[in-house]
Amino acid sequence: MAATIKYDEVQVGQEIPPVEYPVRRVDLVRYAGASGDFNVIHWNERVAKSVGLPDVIAHGMFTMAQAGRFVTDWAGDPGAVVSYGVRFSSMVVVPDDDKGAVITVSGKVESKLDDNQVVVALTATAGESRVLSRARATVRLA
Amino acid sequence: MALNREFVGRSSPPSDPYEVSRVKIREFATAIGDPNPIYVDRKAAEAAGHPDVVAPPTFPIVFGMVGGSDFLANPELGLNYAMVVHGEQRFEYNRPIYAGDVLTFVTTITGIRSLGKNELLTVETEVKALDGEHVCTSYNTLVERGGA
Repeated sequence: MAATIKYDEVQVGQEIPPVEYPVRRVDLVRYAGASGDFNVIHWNERVAKSVGLPDVIAHGMFTMAQAGRFVTDWAGDPGAVVSYGVRFSSMVVVPDDDKGAVITVSGKVESKLDDNQVVVALTATAGESRVLSRARATVRLA
Repeated sequence: MALNREFVGRSSPPSDPYEVSRVKIREFATAIGDPNPIYVDRKAAEAAGHPDVVAPPTFPIVFGMVGGSDFLANPELGLNYAMVVHGEQRFEYNRPIYAGDVLTFVTTITGIRSLGKNELLTVETEVKALDGEHVCTSYNTLVERGGA
């Protein structure tokens, strides 16, 4: 595999600068189709509100995919990911307008393991809410 | 309605073989908005040391949907899907998934418990190649709001 970041050049505590990822209604429709998750709360405002949600919410997996992209863009190779886990701590509410919501992801190298692996702790927010917690990816670097 | 605890430990039958296509990987990468050429351009993937285009790390969720959703839709389990939100998700990868892989998956309900007003359902999907090689495992916690 060809991760472009070198294990020896990475320090524990190193910050990975934040990146913003927009999410609009159309992105959720496209994600529903590609993933096969057609849960109505991700595209139908009427049903979302009828089950007590503030509005349509993003698929948790869409948010996880954005934070995953953050990691693979940093590491340089999507094949470098050894494990990746998150907890969905808050919903990403996606209003029906042209702006939608913005998911901001940042990261920090939390630890260095054997076999050129590092653990990246991820933070993802939308508005004032932390939308992921316990978000960690283990990646094998060059 | 409380979920049926008798489902803990039950597994779906092994899925039909699922052939991972370049087209499906491209569709998924487009849907997550990720322009990484390793997902769509075979030459770029090969230059990075891969045999073919690579699936994004969260791609295996597709298998849970294909193999697991019918299984979890069993009315005797009692899961009201409109009340379900995703609680936790983790993937452990033995290797990346490539276009051309032919995979099968088995989904197992590993736990059901109540937390406050919610029901928590933990599900594991094991993904293997046809020769039995372990490719990855997906660990998924679903939250049924107000289910308890």
